[in-house]
Amino acid sequence: MHQTEQVESVVVRFAGDSGDGMQLTGTQFTMASVLAGNDIATFPDFPAEIRAPAGTLAGVSGFQLHFSSSEIFTPGDAVDVLVAMNPAALAKNLDFLRENGVLIVNRDSFNKRNLKMAGFESNPLDDEAESLEAYQVYPVDLARLTKDALAESGMSAKEIDRSKNFFALGLMCWLYERDVEVVEEEVHSRFGSKPKYLEANLKVLRSGYNYGENSEQFLTRYHVPATKPSASGTYRNIQGNEAIGMGLICAAKCAQRDLFLGSYPITPASDILHYLSKQKHHGVYTFQAEDEIAAVCAAIGAAWGNQLAVTTTSGPGMALKGEAMGLAVITELPLVIINVQRGGPSTGLPTKTEQADLLQTLYGRNGESPLAVLAARSPGDAFEAAYEAARIAMKFMVPVVLLSDGAIANGAEPWRVPDVDELPQMDVPLLDDASAIEGEFEPYRRDPETLARPWPVLGTPGLEHRLGGIEKWDGTGHISYDPDNHHHMTMQRQERVDRIAHTLPATEIYGEDSGDVLMISWGSTYGACVTAVRLARSEGHSVSHIHLRWLNPMPLDLGGIIDRFNSVLVPEMNNGQLFQLLRSRYLFNGRRYNRIGGVPLRVEDLRQEIVATLTN
Amino acid sequence: MNEQRKFRPKDFSSDQNVRWCPGCGDYAILAGVHRALAKQAIPPEQIAVVSGIGCSSRFPYYMSTYGFHTIHGRAPAFATGLKIAKPEMQVWVVTGDGDGLSIGGNHLIHVLRRNVDLNILMFNNRIYGLTKGQYSPTSEVGKTTKSTPMGSLDHPFKPLQVAAGADATFLARTLDVDAKVMQPVLAAAMAHKGTSFVEILQNCNIFNDGAWAAIAAKNIRADATLLLEHGAPMIFGADRDKGIRLVGLRPEVFVIGENGLTEADAWVHDAHDPEMTRTMILAQFESPKLPTPLGVIRSIERPRYDKGVHEQVNQAAVNGNKNLQEMLVGRRSWTV
Repeated sequence: MHQTEQVESVVVRFAGDSGDGMQLTGTQFTMASVLAGNDIATFPDFPAEIRAPAGTLAGVSGFQLHFSSSEIFTPGDAVDVLVAMNPAALAKNLDFLRENGVLIVNRDSFNKRNLKMAGFESNPLDDEAESLEAYQVYPVDLARLTKDALAESGMSAKEIDRSKNFFALGLMCWLYERDVEVVEEEVHSRFGSKPKYLEANLKVLRSGYNYGENSEQFLTRYHVPATKPSASGTYRNIQGNEAIGMGLICAAKCAQRDLFLGSYPITPASDILHYLSKQKHHGVYTFQAEDEIAAVCAAIGAAWGNQLAVTTTSGPGMALKGEAMGLAVITELPLVIINVQRGGPSTGLPTKTEQADLLQTLYGRNGESPLAVLAARSPGDAFEAAYEAARIAMKFMVPVVLLSDGAIANGAEPWRVPDVDELPQMDVPLLDDASAIEGEFEPYRRDPETLARPWPVLGTPGLEHRLGGIEKWDGTGHISYDPDNHHHMTMQRQERVDRIAHTLPATEIYGEDSGDVLMISWGSTYGACVTAVRLARSEGHSVSHIHLRWLNPMPLDLGGIIDRFNSVLVPEMNNGQLFQLLRSRYLFNGRRYNRIGGVPLRVEDLRQEIVATLTN
Repeated sequence: MNEQRKFRPKDFSSDQNVRWCPGCGDYAILAGVHRALAKQAIPPEQIAVVSGIGCSSRFPYYMSTYGFHTIHGRAPAFATGLKIAKPEMQVWVVTGDGDGLSIGGNHLIHVLRRNVDLNILMFNNRIYGLTKGQYSPTSEVGKTTKSTPMGSLDHPFKPLQVAAGADATFLARTLDVDAKVMQPVLAAAMAHKGTSFVEILQNCNIFNDGAWAAIAAKNIRADATLLLEHGAPMIFGADRDKGIRLVGLRPEVFVIGENGLTEADAWVHDAHDPEMTRTMILAQFESPKLPTPLGVIRSIERPRYDKGVHEQVNQAAVNGNKNLQEMLVGRRSWTV
């Protein structure tokens, strides 16, 4: 008989070759955990190489899942259970495994060749080896057991071997009391069109589950009870890139516009293009352009043609789009630019996360070229962020940059599905009737409140106008080289962005609104920051937290809040970009914490930084 | 509603002062376009002119239509987005040899292969005018300019050859100074469904005066050019005494009546030839060895990208679930 132990939360990491299906395994285990009622956060961690040679360190792909019976915000600092499909996966991930953590390894792969490629001089699974003494090691003959399960299938040895991840998945479902039927349904939807693989994967999945039950290798099963979410409603599992796609579709529908996406494939943003290209029935037009520049230019053309126009990219593509973004600034067209940031500079770390494009976004164009900038904080939050980006772009006739990153793009979390009817209203300054205009039609005649110019519906008689990148006379839009007018127009463009701040809600402060330390963060570090602040507060420290949604303009009340704290701590996955912006505006005493590793910040590191800020 | 409206060339002219240099070939092109537009039944509000950067790209400011003066080389991309957003509008792209073939070469070839329904006018004056006289990608080898004091080393592009290489469905060439050729060429370009690529040989009297003098000068034009007509033999010359014949794939000039060759030996122009081989031969004709072809070189039908995009969206709309709430809830959800 097995005993069952109840635990609050578990961090699992699946690691194997790029061809081992670790992302699929992780995603399906995530779905089973979500439907078991746990809160979850995931961190897919894979190489840029599609299929580096099997067994090499370069080819190791990982998927980390944190599931819990309480509210969680991060994929976890340390791993409780590591599933290693080969020696390279073990070598690359063992550092993440906590002391006395569970290590499940595919013993069959620990042969001489694989051990050598992973840099092991001897087999760490050998009885006399001591390198794994600190862990609970469970060697399982995954490959052989999979082969046995599919002995009658008539499949080739290679095909059979590719199913072994389902054995591990089945075993993990048993170990953590996940409903294996949930996974079976997932397998059905994924492999339904390929009956041979469907049947094989289902069989191996069950074999893995039964192995846990029957082998007596595992004496304890673990139970992670369901979470009580803070709000009632309908929930689903969501990834950041999909959330952005859905946010844009909702924004277009609510604004009664068709959605246009001009994009060029780039990691980690491509999934937005993939998602939206499947949503044509919602009036979505996707254009895979010949390059990043054409992608943004086509979007600007569509914006002029009154569609909700979007371009999606990552840092290198953002660099290429700069000139066209400047054109959108001076022509005052609504455009949403989405930068799913990755490690930089140059090609950098394409599949890793970073938030080092903030200053590029704000300043990476010629001339005074202000545009609005906001950031998503988590996969689910990316929906609202995308919707807001579109809403502000159209209301203020301004380009808006939404900053996401690799961790949000590929990470997943449970998300409370909003009611479509309760989404914020859209305010779109469309103009489609020349007869309603007093005097001559002027394309730059501004709304006195928002300073937005009208968005003439192309094709309307009497609204013909010429736009362009040359400075224009305010009002008429005619070319003008007049010094006073250029100064005036420069200030108008700035003022229009600044006025967005007047429409934003008051800044939410987690914790007291004054005290010793104020942590200010932005983007995907939200989860780690809020968790660290909670931890420090539970230890009695005076620390509060602000997470910025808008980076440009900044909230009007931010300076006043900063003044009420003795010190400010700004943690970022860059070399101090927000810190520099904040200091230049608010002149405070503060401390920055910067870690540029291509991976999310760790809660424990942030907790220590809070303590260090307090003692400084 | 539009059928009743009649237009005059000046209906397409804006109230802005034209700022090209006096004597620039662009004036004649602008007048030619105004004239051509007046002959079709499309009102100014249904027309958009998109341009890049360069002298030619100031064109939209002088049109009463919708206009967008964009950034260097990218006009085809803006126009593609616009045409998808506004399929009912007639969209023009105005570009030059520098804008279209140098910085914007990539966009040009891709818009041509996609066959987006646009009319592209490339003003080719073989020089950078707006930046005051550097050599362009169509400048002849050895050309002395501000940036090539010892003569240019680059082998030049032939715009129609580049466009043919990108499988353009409509190729034509005209001269800035020859309204008799320009009007039918523009009419054919407007009528063509797909990307119409028109090279307009244009003089820059400031930085490259006489750019096309060897072709366009009145006294030699008839001998230096070949006016193409679909279905007609290729005959040219002031006395119409010369023909072009193909020997294998090699074109050569012959004198009618000499060496036993008659008009019947002349190559008969087929603008609708679906194969590119002969089109490419014509696109490579160069004076003085061969006369420069004017008129419509190619006009074939091929599916249009912009139309296809709309067909897919419409097709998806037939059976797709348009319920937003169900989209948000997705395949798997739970209620608390």
